[in-house]
Amino acid sequence: MGGENKIEMGTSENGFIKRAMVIGGGIAGITASIDIGNAGYEVLLIERLPSIGGHMLQLSETFPTLDCAQCTLTPKTVETGQHPRIRLHTYSEVVRVAGRAGNFSVQIRKKAAYVDWEKCTGCGLCQQKCPSRYPSEFDRRMGLGKAIYTLSPQAVPNKPVINPEHCRYFLEKKCRVCEKICPVGAIHYQQEDRLIEEKVGAIVVATGFDLMPVERFGEYGYGEIPDVIDGLSFERLNSASGPTNGEIRRPSDGRIPKEVVFIQCTGSRDPERYMPYCSRVCCMYTAKHARLYKHKVHDGQVYIFYMDIRSTGKGYEEFIQQTMEEGILYLRGRVSRIFREGEKIVVWGVDTLTGKKVEVLADLVVLATAIVPHQETKTLAQILGIHSDSYGFLTEAERKLKPVETNQEGIYLAGCAQGPKDIAETVAHANAAASKVQALFATH
Amino acid sequence: MNYLYFPGCTLYTKAKNFDQTARNCSLLLGFELVELPNWTCCGATFPLATDNLMALLPPARILARAKEQGEVLTTLCAICFNVIKRTNHLIQKDGEKREKINQFIEMNYQGDLKVLHYLEILKQEIGFSTIQERVKKPLNELQAAPYYGCMLLRPFEEMGFDDKERPTLFEEFLTALGARSIDFPYKIECCGSFQSVGTPEVATECAYRILTSAMRQGAEVIVSTCPLCTFNLDQKQSDILKAHLDFKTIPVLYFTQLLGVAMGLEPQTLGFEQNAVDPIPLLKRKGLV
Repeated sequence: MGGENKIEMGTSENGFIKRAMVIGGGIAGITASIDIGNAGYEVLLIERLPSIGGHMLQLSETFPTLDCAQCTLTPKTVETGQHPRIRLHTYSEVVRVAGRAGNFSVQIRKKAAYVDWEKCTGCGLCQQKCPSRYPSEFDRRMGLGKAIYTLSPQAVPNKPVINPEHCRYFLEKKCRVCEKICPVGAIHYQQEDRLIEEKVGAIVVATGFDLMPVERFGEYGYGEIPDVIDGLSFERLNSASGPTNGEIRRPSDGRIPKEVVFIQCTGSRDPERYMPYCSRVCCMYTAKHARLYKHKVHDGQVYIFYMDIRSTGKGYEEFIQQTMEEGILYLRGRVSRIFREGEKIVVWGVDTLTGKKVEVLADLVVLATAIVPHQETKTLAQILGIHSDSYGFLTEAERKLKPVETNQEGIYLAGCAQGPKDIAETVAHANAAASKVQALFATH
Repeated sequence: MNYLYFPGCTLYTKAKNFDQTARNCSLLLGFELVELPNWTCCGATFPLATDNLMALLPPARILARAKEQGEVLTTLCAICFNVIKRTNHLIQKDGEKREKINQFIEMNYQGDLKVLHYLEILKQEIGFSTIQERVKKPLNELQAAPYYGCMLLRPFEEMGFDDKERPTLFEEFLTALGARSIDFPYKIECCGSFQSVGTPEVATECAYRILTSAMRQGAEVIVSTCPLCTFNLDQKQSDILKAHLDFKTIPVLYFTQLLGVAMGLEPQTLGFEQNAVDPIPLLKRKGLV
């Protein structure tokens, strides 16, 4: 476990600090951290959530191999947590950055967890006994979480935090169950945010992405139809660790949906109303969703509305071909409106290949909503003095030849913070960012 | 306060009840609809071809004349409103077309008139709370389905009337009158429009879906803002009965007729004889006439 143990800091004779900070603990940040750490340099990994893993930890299976995301990722998160040269600062945010390559001064806010992580053994008793339940963000508000929680049973670090907005003690000054049950006395309701100062020589920004909220789409019900969900929500429904233990059950009444509609390009490639760019992963993950659904619900019918199929990665086109052969109905056209009629969701679309209007009475609708930068990325760009584009994605130094460098020497980009990417591309991008850091350190 | 008013052709013929009730209600609410002198047809449809300036001349002329008389122009018919408002928007935004149009109509209009639908006058200028205070006969939880159709709302960028997917203005109005507003998914769907001339079965089918959707949600009456919608939804119910044996008729009223009921106007002044499906049995049952 990284914990708070002091790591020696490498410095060259001219004072160039050979130690990196990676911001964001998703697959991009984890990959970059392990690479830099393995090269012999120290790494501070900053993550805003209580544990690392990012969105990949929410996924059920990954394309094009259909292997389990958690099985692929957990060895990486564990390696990160145990790496002798990586120090984790989870539940933390970068507040201020000054200086230049080789000598950045960084201020980090360590948010109050209300749990003394030094004492906590990660036994999980507090989470078992906590009486407060509320919709869990990790489960896309489809399942219930506790007020004292870790993001997953395999969380790295496996230390809980208390959400004061839902904790009975913070709200009503009652309860204190976790404090009573904790065998090592780790609960600290008085804990406050802490600011710490660090020195690093290079920074990798790997703050990832968000999905455009379903609430943005008026024609699809403004997020008020419970069985109209987004792609990440479907991942949670399909995940063995998700709110339905991996059974595909729709949120409104828990029934197994028999007619499922997927809508690609929701908010992407729509310059007039939403995002003009392609989100790059939706064609593939929708095909994956369709197949995983069919594997579980044999008599279910799947409809996929698409504009084009963009399957340019290795093995991707083959994956799509196979999906089409599995009896999944691809309809080339857009959906104009979705509304609720009784227990059904009425989907109005068009099949442009036959020129016919299509009406589907669906049980579940999955919107492949646009990938957008994480909302705090813009603020972080200002803190770092690097550029972001009009959407908020961070700007690389040169479109073709410098895809990981920024306008600031010593600051590099990895993953979806720079633009939409799938996992394979993200890992390659993070490898590249890490190699840039190594080259910078090796030349000083 | 008086408002310049463009009635439009239909309100002088098929929809006299719409015109009359609006004028009468205005007086009770303390304002007068002053008819625009020498008005002509609004053009009836907004041209979709961007170079068809000819079709914009009638609404442009109406706007230019109205500007000589005042600052606000109000209409009742949703189609007139759509044509006039969009023409106004185009004259505001497109200098080149503005100049061409002005040369053609030999006037100088800059697009600086405010075009408001009568419902907007009621909300913005009078206030629904004031209307609520003036209501003499609250509608007694009458289950009224507000039917917007498309013309009031779309295109949103030009009309700016209300949220195009989930409008609420009409609902607020009905609630102020003491009715229970019924939400139904077809409230913003097309009534079939001019299809009722060329391919009437298409319009009949549209009307069937709209009316039954509202009835499934418990509607006792449909409330409309447009003579053409009303034609398709009300007059066409006899055709729906022939096509769908399960269909039950439902009264369709102009919102001003319902306003008139709530304001305590005499039933014989509300023009119910022009409604194809007689609303009087329902209103009697509710103790409103």
